[in-house]
Amino acid sequence: MLRLARYLKNYKKESIIGPLFKMLEAFFELLVPLVVADMIDNGIAKGDKTYIYRAAFIMVLLGVVGLVCSLIAQFFAAKASVGFGTELRDDLFAHMNRLSYAELDKAGTSTLVTRITSDMNQVQSGVNMILRLFLRSPFIVIGALVAAFLVNAKVAVIFVIAAPVLALIIYGIMVLTIPMYSKAQKALDTISLATREGLNGARVIRAFGRREDETEEFTEDCNRLLKLQKRVGKVSVAMNPLTYVVVNLAIAAIIMQGGKQVDAGVITQGEVIALVNYMTQILNALVALQVLIVSFTKAMASAKRVNEVLDLQPTVLDQESFRLKNVSGEDVPAVVFDQVSFTYPGAKEEALSNLSFTVKKGQTVGIIGGTGSGKSSLVNLLPRFYDVTKGTVRINGVDVKDYPQRELRGRIGMVPQKAVLFSGSIRDNMKWGKDDATDEEINEALEIAQAKEFVDAKEGRLDYKLNQGGKNLSGGQRQRLTIARALVRKPEILILDDSASALDFATDAALRRALAEKTEGMTVFMVSQRTTTIQNADMIIVLEDGEVAGIGTHKELQETCEVYKEICQSQVSAEEVGA
Amino acid sequence: MKKKTENSATLVRVIALIKPYLWLLCLSLLFAVITVVTTLYAPVLTGQAIDHVVAAGKVDFKAIVPILIKFLIVVGIMAASNWIMNLCNNRIAFHVVRDLRTKVYAHVQNLPLSYLDSHPNGDTLSRIVTDIDQLSDGLLMGFSQLFTGVVTIAATLGFMLSIHVGIALLVVVLTPVSLFVAAFIAKRTYSLFQAQSKVRAEMTSLVEELVGNQKVVTAFNYEEKAEERFYDVNHRLQKVGIKAIFFSSLTNPCTRFVNGLVYTGVGIFGGFVALTAGPAVLTIGQLSCFLSYANQYTKPFNEISSVITELQNALASAKRVFDLLDEPEQLPDKENAVVLKEAEGTVGLSHVAFSYVPEVPLLKDVNLSVKPGQRVAIVGPTGCGKTTLINLLMRFYDVKKGAITVDGTDIRDMTRESLRENYGMVLQETWLKSGTIAENIAYGRPDATMEEIEEAAKASYAHNFIRRLKDGYQTVIAEDGGNLSQGQKQLLCIARVMLCLPPMLILDEATSSIDTRMEVRIQRAFHKMMKGRTSFIVAHRLSTIREADVILVMKDGDIIEQGTHEELLGKGGFYRNLYYSGAPEEQAAE
Repeated sequence: MLRLARYLKNYKKESIIGPLFKMLEAFFELLVPLVVADMIDNGIAKGDKTYIYRAAFIMVLLGVVGLVCSLIAQFFAAKASVGFGTELRDDLFAHMNRLSYAELDKAGTSTLVTRITSDMNQVQSGVNMILRLFLRSPFIVIGALVAAFLVNAKVAVIFVIAAPVLALIIYGIMVLTIPMYSKAQKALDTISLATREGLNGARVIRAFGRREDETEEFTEDCNRLLKLQKRVGKVSVAMNPLTYVVVNLAIAAIIMQGGKQVDAGVITQGEVIALVNYMTQILNALVALQVLIVSFTKAMASAKRVNEVLDLQPTVLDQESFRLKNVSGEDVPAVVFDQVSFTYPGAKEEALSNLSFTVKKGQTVGIIGGTGSGKSSLVNLLPRFYDVTKGTVRINGVDVKDYPQRELRGRIGMVPQKAVLFSGSIRDNMKWGKDDATDEEINEALEIAQAKEFVDAKEGRLDYKLNQGGKNLSGGQRQRLTIARALVRKPEILILDDSASALDFATDAALRRALAEKTEGMTVFMVSQRTTTIQNADMIIVLEDGEVAGIGTHKELQETCEVYKEICQSQVSAEEVGA
Repeated sequence: MKKKTENSATLVRVIALIKPYLWLLCLSLLFAVITVVTTLYAPVLTGQAIDHVVAAGKVDFKAIVPILIKFLIVVGIMAASNWIMNLCNNRIAFHVVRDLRTKVYAHVQNLPLSYLDSHPNGDTLSRIVTDIDQLSDGLLMGFSQLFTGVVTIAATLGFMLSIHVGIALLVVVLTPVSLFVAAFIAKRTYSLFQAQSKVRAEMTSLVEELVGNQKVVTAFNYEEKAEERFYDVNHRLQKVGIKAIFFSSLTNPCTRFVNGLVYTGVGIFGGFVALTAGPAVLTIGQLSCFLSYANQYTKPFNEISSVITELQNALASAKRVFDLLDEPEQLPDKENAVVLKEAEGTVGLSHVAFSYVPEVPLLKDVNLSVKPGQRVAIVGPTGCGKTTLINLLMRFYDVKKGAITVDGTDIRDMTRESLRENYGMVLQETWLKSGTIAENIAYGRPDATMEEIEEAAKASYAHNFIRRLKDGYQTVIAEDGGNLSQGQKQLLCIARVMLCLPPMLILDEATSSIDTRMEVRIQRAFHKMMKGRTSFIVAHRLSTIREADVILVMKDGDIIEQGTHEELLGKGGFYRNLYYSGAPEEQAAE
């Protein structure tokens, strides 16, 4: 939390004024019992009406001043904490944008979403609370103690004993119950898990006739939660009675001790009442503080999680100065993998080992292999989403590490495995590929991607609004749009990462034909599970367990590559069946 | 108005839930009254004691000591009764929640699958977990705050009236002012809060889209644009956030101020009464007692808004839970339903029609007769209704017209359980329970020995990979088999069926995402199982299809062709086209 405090630096004034006025308010609150005591002793006891008027006036005045102070404090606290939250969120978002794939894999994007939303809200209200209230309670406790001493040191001794005892009870119970609560929370998580399983597995559960057993197991989970809840309940409900007893013992002691002092003429009756009031104020402040601590711990935990994200350092960085030699010319190969090995951060085994191949400009490369064979890893190295562990990847003769990332990625059109679209019009989505794309360019890309027809059929065509994730389109339509999006920028290199999987055979074939005809000079990488998709490629790379099992054309591989043959056999192609 | 009756109906049902704990509730109420009365009586005693502390030399300790002893006894009783009351409340709330949750879960297990298929699991889940939790919080709050609050107000009023009617009336008249102030602020802040949560929702969905797909953002150099868009929302949130937070935080200081006024009012007025009428009417001790009552009396009023919101939330949650409970359960088995023993495996469909929604008829008139031991391959593009057929065979859904028979008996005349026990099912969407591998394999026969489990695993080619896992068969698999590959999960599902090996099978071949080697194993395991068993297989592999005794070609929810491989090729219809396109299955991404 402290580390995040620097985000308050633009709100120094507010962060000081807020707590300051809150303390002022507390100070005025502490004065009230003294005024009441004064009124009793000098007004009522002596029968002085003007004294009572004066006391009333002072009390109302104290109330008004207190209210004004409080409002000022609230305003500045709100301004500072929201400002803090806004600046931190801006930074956090920008930071997330700079993370490379390795960190995204590590943190998980859904986690990042909760960090910047709910965790940030928690931290922001935590800051607000600290500014407003954190100083107030201790101030009241101490202030009440001081006031008690000012009235009478002998009676104040009772305060010195009672206050720590109260604090001990309140925080002791808190310390005891927090681990118990988290245990109960875990039991609730188990119930949540069991429910989810029961729902997702409804078919299997019924197929195996296990409904009753599942229900029984669930009941057991519920009973375990019940037991834990009752246990923690027993401890936590002890707090009120215990503090109540202590406070009232103290009050009894104050009356006895105060009585003696009054008898001796040291203090007055009104002052005894004031002392009793102070005791109650201490109790209230301590209880308020306890509620605060609970929410404060939550904010701390959230702050920790936010810090974890800020601690993630992007691993893929631009060079300090670019040695970008403009190597061009027809003979420079489009892509070279030179003894490339790659291990995912934190993984034990290499995802790719010692990969070498050269791709000429305009060639189409097919990449095939089983799951986990490294197909996606390979294509992810081209836009430098990950850095190679060994070897180099060169595009147009230049190491990808020597390009500024923006420039490198600007040359590549990526169609990821998962067809992700964004809410907004089709045009907005297409412009992801090229900021200033004209409708003409967009339509051209849509045509190649075999998407023109269905887009034209939509109401408003390019203005057709997509829901979040493009949920109002079919899987195949989404995939075609993601392909078009990559094509809009007319990339030098197009990467299709198993991106035609939701297309039917005819569309898939038409797409491949269009890609071959209309994108002259574009180098295409095509990852696929299907041999039919890639069999016409200029070069096919067969991967197995991160190693090259064979490189060549369909014909060559069918003769030389065992793995390729095996894959083909399991997917008996049309050609063979026909023959 | 309608909402009100709905609310009260829900309330009645909540109360019905508490019924088994009526004696606890009575106990709780009794102790609540004791707690309140003692809490209020204590200041009376301190007041009396203070009245004996008059001035120097005029302190009557003889009178004070017995009062203080009485005071401590009262305090003791109060502490004890408060403790017991809260224990009772906890017990009731926690037990009610346990009962309700178990009941709902059992109910869900008895709901027809049509309900579960048509409602998002997340929604049902949140009703069982979050909503019931909310109800529990509401119950606790209702008991501990609402009831004691009402008793406190009533009792304080009584005490105050008994001491001095005038001052009591003053308190009664002034206190609701704080309520008005709070309501006034709440009304003003409501629209601000709404504005805030609107912007907040906008931000959340933006973040979900962009950060959730950060990899795409990076791939398209969209970072700067993304930051711009975020900055815009974020700073709009800041503007509305400051206002919302500031105005909402006004409530406490303002009510405190009003309470302070009440307190002052009592002090002044009381002071005058004490001064003019003298100790006979109002003593100083009584005045101090009044002052503390003024505080006690206003407290429930200050808390009332949060209590009411909490209760409203709890009622809304309870309603959602009751709605789920009110969903009709599936038709029970017929009274004279037969128990299907070991089936021979004759399956017949005659004039079967089915649709999920009446407007979209799916199967129209399906006829099929399968002899024992035959293999039926179901072929067709995605969404053609293959799953529907499985749903009907297993009687997850009932046919709308016609009948399905097994061994000549209509499956609606059998117990569901016995019908399903005769089918072994391996679906493409693998479902595993969190637990050990052994437990999962033995899911259909929990009493299986370790040897039998291993044998089943060996027979389904799962043994090898299981053996290599850290704890072998005792390896705990995470929720949904998270730590296993798709192929491994599929093998486990096969082993699960292999262990029971019922006379009929329903198998769903995997489309993609499984590597070739694994697939060969799964194929082999399937073959082994199908030997001599009536099997329905949703097929994607040509080899499987060719070997089938009957091929059902489905399209748009209906069976359009039916026959053997040769027959269908000869027909030159849809099947032939499918076959020669080389892509028997339009592979789906999802």
